[in-house]
This record gives sequence, C-alpha cells and structure tokens, in this order.
Amino acid sequence: MEIRRQGDCIEISELDPFLAELLRQVPESTDSCGVEAAQQRLFSSPAAASEQEICAEWKVYVEPELRRLFQTATQTVASDLQQLNGSSKPFANCTLRIPAGNADAWLNALNQARLVIAAKYNFDESELCDHYRSPIGSRRDLGLFQVNFYGFLQEFILHELKM
Amino acid sequence: MYSPFQSSVENPAIEQETRTAEQLDLPWQVVVHNDPVNLMSYVTMVFQKVFGLSREQAEQHMLEVHQQGRSILWSGMRERAELYVQQLHGYLLLATLERTN
Repeated sequence: MEIRRQGDCIEISELDPFLAELLRQVPESTDSCGVEAAQQRLFSSPAAASEQEICAEWKVYVEPELRRLFQTATQTVASDLQQLNGSSKPFANCTLRIPAGNADAWLNALNQARLVIAAKYNFDESELCDHYRSPIGSRRDLGLFQVNFYGFLQEFILHELKM
Repeated sequence: MYSPFQSSVENPAIEQETRTAEQLDLPWQVVVHNDPVNLMSYVTMVFQKVFGLSREQAEQHMLEVHQQGRSILWSGMRERAELYVQQLHGYLLLATLERTN
C-alpha cells in the first residue's frame, strides 16, 4: 500500500483486498447501536452528573446536532469509498482517492470507528500501544488491527493537512 | 411635603441578598480528559482549531492531558464554555464544563 498527496487528493494506491475491505468497513464500524459503552463514549456527558440542568439541555439540544455531524462525516466517507466497488477484478489491488476537502470528514469518521471498536472490545492502553501484536487470531485481534490501521490513516491525513 | 431624605417606609426590613453561583456567572472552565484512543497529533490539531492555539501551546496542553489525565483549556463565561465543549465533542474529545473553584 502506498499513500501520497496527488494534487488535490490523498491517494491510497496498491490497496490489497484485505486493506480495501477494512476501509470499506469504516462506515459500518462507526455504528454504535447496541454497544452501550460505545454510545456512552461517542455521546459522553458534558459535565458532572450534579450539573443536571446542563446535562438535560445537552441531551435535548446538542446531542441531536452531534449525531447529525457524525452521520454527515460517515456519509461523506461512504460516498468516497464507492470507488472501491468499481473494480472488475474482485481480488486485484485498487486505488482510493480522497479529495482534500473531505479530509475533515475522514478524520472524524475514522475517529468514530476507532472509538466504537475500542469500546466494543474494551481495549486497554497497553493493548492500544502494542503496534507489533500479531498474528490476527480472533475477531478481537482484528478489531485492534483496525484501530491501528485507521489511526495510521489519521496520522497521514493530519500530516498532509499540515503541509 | 416630599423630602428626598425622608423614607416612605418607616422600618424597612433589609433582606439578606443571596445569589447563586450561576447568577454571579462565576467563571467556568473547559477541561479535556485523557482518552487513550485519540491520537496525540489529532488532539493537538483539535486544540489549534478550536482555541486558535499555536502548535507549541496546543502540544503543551495535549501533553498535560496525556500525562496528568486532564488539562484546563479555557475559562470564562458559561455560554462560551458550553460552545467550546460542544465543539470538542464534535471532534470526539472527552471534554467537560466545570465550575471554577
């Protein structure tokens, strides 16, 4: 896999089928429905529980806005990922071009996905820092790989935004 | 005859003035808490964007969050503090609004 800036796009080329599939799973991975810990993390409290008025107002006015914001970012990413569905050869390496204007949406969706997966599998700090863990032997290991892979993409996008 | 020095109330009762912290609008603070999932570079970028900090200032706060578990990013009036917390949640950072002691 290669990542580089190509004009007004971030180009991820030589994507093998496995990594392409992980990218396809970004929108789905942001879904926190049914995972209480993930819901709590994405929509965390804005203040201590004793600040009842603030917390209640937040639920009514702010949380729906946040849901819309997260959903918009996810939809943008899903739309960019349509490029991966056009290959005539199912197991061939492919290329994904992310318009620079969608970089913020990608950062947001990747972060949502990382937080949801981490909450789902309850990864602790030492696991999250273990970048050399291998091989992938379970769904949980795959989850950790996903968190790290998405983090790597975030780092690259951030690096490109700084330039 | 009216005299400005003469009270119309013979024995005025002076009530003790009580005001809540909210009425006084004591400063509130925006606190960001550590989250091992969020990348250091991402948190730094968010601090720069939301608070207009320089890279060095943003990194200093990011390191404080990472090493001490929390950092106070801003303090002031409640309305603005709420807006900052909302923006930080939009970036998926763990942020809270707290009353200043």
